[in-house]
Amino acid sequence: MHRLGSGIAGGRLAPAEYEQNFSDLHPRFDKHEALVASDRCYFCHDAPCMTACPTEIDIPLFIRQISTANPLGAARTIFSQNILGGMCARVCPTETLCEQACVRNTAEDRPVDIGRLQRYATDIAMEQNRQFFHRGAATGKTIAIIGAGPAGLACAHRLAMHGHTAVIFDAREKAGGLNEYGIATYKATDDFAQKEVDYLLAIGGIEIRNGQALGRDFSLQDLTADYDAVFLGIGLAGVNGLGLEGEELSGVNDAVDFIAFLRQADNKADVPIGRRVVVLGGGMTAIDAAVQAKLLGAEEVTICYRRGKEHMNASEFEQDLAASKGVTIRHWLAPKRILGKDGAVAGIELEYTALRDGHLVGTGETGVIAADQIFKAIGQSFKASGLGALAMEKGRIVVDDHCRTSMERVYAGGDCVNRGEDLTVSAVAHGRDAAEAIHSAFAVAGQPAVAVA
Amino acid sequence: MADLRNNFVGIKSPNPFWLASAPPTDKAYNVERAFKAGWGGVVWKTLGSEGPPVVNVNGPRYGAIWGADRRLLGLNNIELITDRPLQINLQEMKQVKMNWPDRALIASIMVPCVEEEWKAILPLVEETGADGIELNFGCPHGMSERGMGSAVGQVPEYIEMVVRWCKQYTRMPVITKLTPNITDIRNPARAAKRGGTDAVSLINTINSIVSVDLDNFAPVPTVGGKGSHGGYCGPAVKPIALNMVSEIARDPETYGLPISGIGGVTTWRDAAEFLVLGAGNVQVCTAAMTYGFKIVQEMISGLSDWMDEKGHRSLDDITGRAVPNVTDWKYLNLNYVAKAHIDQDACIKCGRCHIACEDTSHQAITSMVNGVRHFEVMEDECVGCNLCVNVCPVENCITMVGLEPGTLDQRTGKMVEPTYANWTTHPNNPMAQVAAE
Repeated sequence: MHRLGSGIAGGRLAPAEYEQNFSDLHPRFDKHEALVASDRCYFCHDAPCMTACPTEIDIPLFIRQISTANPLGAARTIFSQNILGGMCARVCPTETLCEQACVRNTAEDRPVDIGRLQRYATDIAMEQNRQFFHRGAATGKTIAIIGAGPAGLACAHRLAMHGHTAVIFDAREKAGGLNEYGIATYKATDDFAQKEVDYLLAIGGIEIRNGQALGRDFSLQDLTADYDAVFLGIGLAGVNGLGLEGEELSGVNDAVDFIAFLRQADNKADVPIGRRVVVLGGGMTAIDAAVQAKLLGAEEVTICYRRGKEHMNASEFEQDLAASKGVTIRHWLAPKRILGKDGAVAGIELEYTALRDGHLVGTGETGVIAADQIFKAIGQSFKASGLGALAMEKGRIVVDDHCRTSMERVYAGGDCVNRGEDLTVSAVAHGRDAAEAIHSAFAVAGQPAVAVA
Repeated sequence: MADLRNNFVGIKSPNPFWLASAPPTDKAYNVERAFKAGWGGVVWKTLGSEGPPVVNVNGPRYGAIWGADRRLLGLNNIELITDRPLQINLQEMKQVKMNWPDRALIASIMVPCVEEEWKAILPLVEETGADGIELNFGCPHGMSERGMGSAVGQVPEYIEMVVRWCKQYTRMPVITKLTPNITDIRNPARAAKRGGTDAVSLINTINSIVSVDLDNFAPVPTVGGKGSHGGYCGPAVKPIALNMVSEIARDPETYGLPISGIGGVTTWRDAAEFLVLGAGNVQVCTAAMTYGFKIVQEMISGLSDWMDEKGHRSLDDITGRAVPNVTDWKYLNLNYVAKAHIDQDACIKCGRCHIACEDTSHQAITSMVNGVRHFEVMEDECVGCNLCVNVCPVENCITMVGLEPGTLDQRTGKMVEPTYANWTTHPNNPMAQVAAE
């Protein structure tokens, strides 16, 4: 295949180019870099970075541990709050979380490299397979977890620490959830997601049953009957559609499927990509799809977003990354119609938009962008069956601060609940907190009804 | 352009920056390079008696401590005096002095405490055309075990005796280099003066173990599994050196005795601090050993630019200017009241001032006001201790503001007195001197 061949095709690049394009986005700090970076931390009191972290990792402490040549101690500090600290170090939008809160921003517009320091420490510990936590004495309680994504895994690990047994049901072939299927390839190289699952499972007491889908193979009711508690970490399985003419044409794909397919492809040259690609949406998924389309050799990649730059869910860092890879981001353009030729995509008609009285409206002016492939990245939605009468709100499972749902002994966390941002790190926090809530509930239930003085 | 020319006990140099007697001044090659780089003078690495030279260890001679980004803060060494034959050193000194007549060349000397030894070496040094001699009574390792270096510097009577010999047997100016490894630096300085020294130089290095190898349980630097204390120098020792210089500068018995300031001079500012505390010039070693000879260019321009900015025309305008302001604690004005003030625009909200004050001082800085992260001094608790200023990572964010006489000190509930009053007259002092009737 020629680099600039038309249509959707693989093999646009030389093998070495694929390798380079999909290598680690930010290689790990070496020891010297880590020492220099860690030295910039002020060890703030009641540190804002820590407050900004959904898992409340003691960031000043772990950075100080790195700076004193104790990366394993740093890893213990991180993992004690966030057992998926390795992946979070890679995928967290730190620029809107811990690093945004860093006081160095006020002083010199450049935060401490918290994410990369976290990766430095966690990588060292994981490479040595240094386990910091042990399974608690067996309690005899077994908890069913649906979804082996960040929320489910974090929940299972914390339950194991308390001596409970966790059985995780997951519809996919591999565990990891979005860490395995939803993260841009260059953010989790070297099969990191699976390595992390293995590292986490080493605590023991966690069983994963793959290929088991809620609503198909079992229902929530089945699990509540068979297990002491249930945790739902089922994410957002649905993908929003455009509802536009031409959406059925060949070459119109969901960005999440593309990202997952690319992640699973052993040989990136096998992943077909259009010559001219349009990505619809303004979130991280849009950026991940667009950047990787470019890295696969697409000549022209355009993100079209129906609102302004300031409304994009993708962080500034991600937008800059896309721009640096040659992706064009265009704002105030809403898709009107997908144009086809011989059953395949030929282009997309878009209408300019504007905000009037707080409402997004089309201006009536339209234009066409030629494209042979279009990725839809306009959001994921809750999609599940077999949940029974579980209370929902705005398409998400209702939970309280302890991740309790409306049903007795049923907990939920991660993207599927109406709480927190849809981030890996938030999912980890939910899973961990749900495990603590489950553990506390067992303890309360285990106490005698009447205390004897 | 400020005049940086230096005249130290009659020894002239184009600027007050000399290289101290140490590895950088070990031989002609180094000294030539130093002069090319702009150093005003050098004190040649210490000469010993004629005969077989000393030998150094063949393993590591230096150890260090580091600050941020591995910046060297303190260096320690176990190197001895020159391990080159005396005659070679003398020949090279003579040649270098001829090549660089405008630069100061001082010979550091350390021979046993025997009159004949000093009598023998002084004419040899004088013959080189050296501008002066510096008596090494400071080296705290190795040589001191042989009754030289700091072993002499720790006994004022020996100092006085040797200085007297030197003044007797040479026309060259005598600078007596003092060891800081002593309880009261004024005693050796007074002894040197009694012996007739032209000047003192200080400090030499401080006894130290910079670190311990925790795998081998041995001090660093480790030589074949063992370590020995070394001499500590570099930026870390500057505060100790400044104090000792000022002690001599303000001691009535040694007042006016020229001082060559040594100890952690790394920047022009360090040098200026030594000068205003009474040093006539400064000697530098560790900074050169860390960064090379070129750093003197920063020192020269920095000192000159600062002097220009402040209107000081020559070194005489600044030397000793801070000495009258160094006093004993008991004379500090207890009626002076200062409070910390945090510049909210400069504050980056790291909270270190709060936690330092809260955990370790006077609970006088807020962390939260009306539910918002906010750091502000509570004047009714602040004792003005300055800890917050020192832990704040932003320069000038926290400042100490003195209260005007007549204003209320919210902590004590008393008005600030306009008068000066110190401990010697304070009612709480059982030894208070009663004012004369």
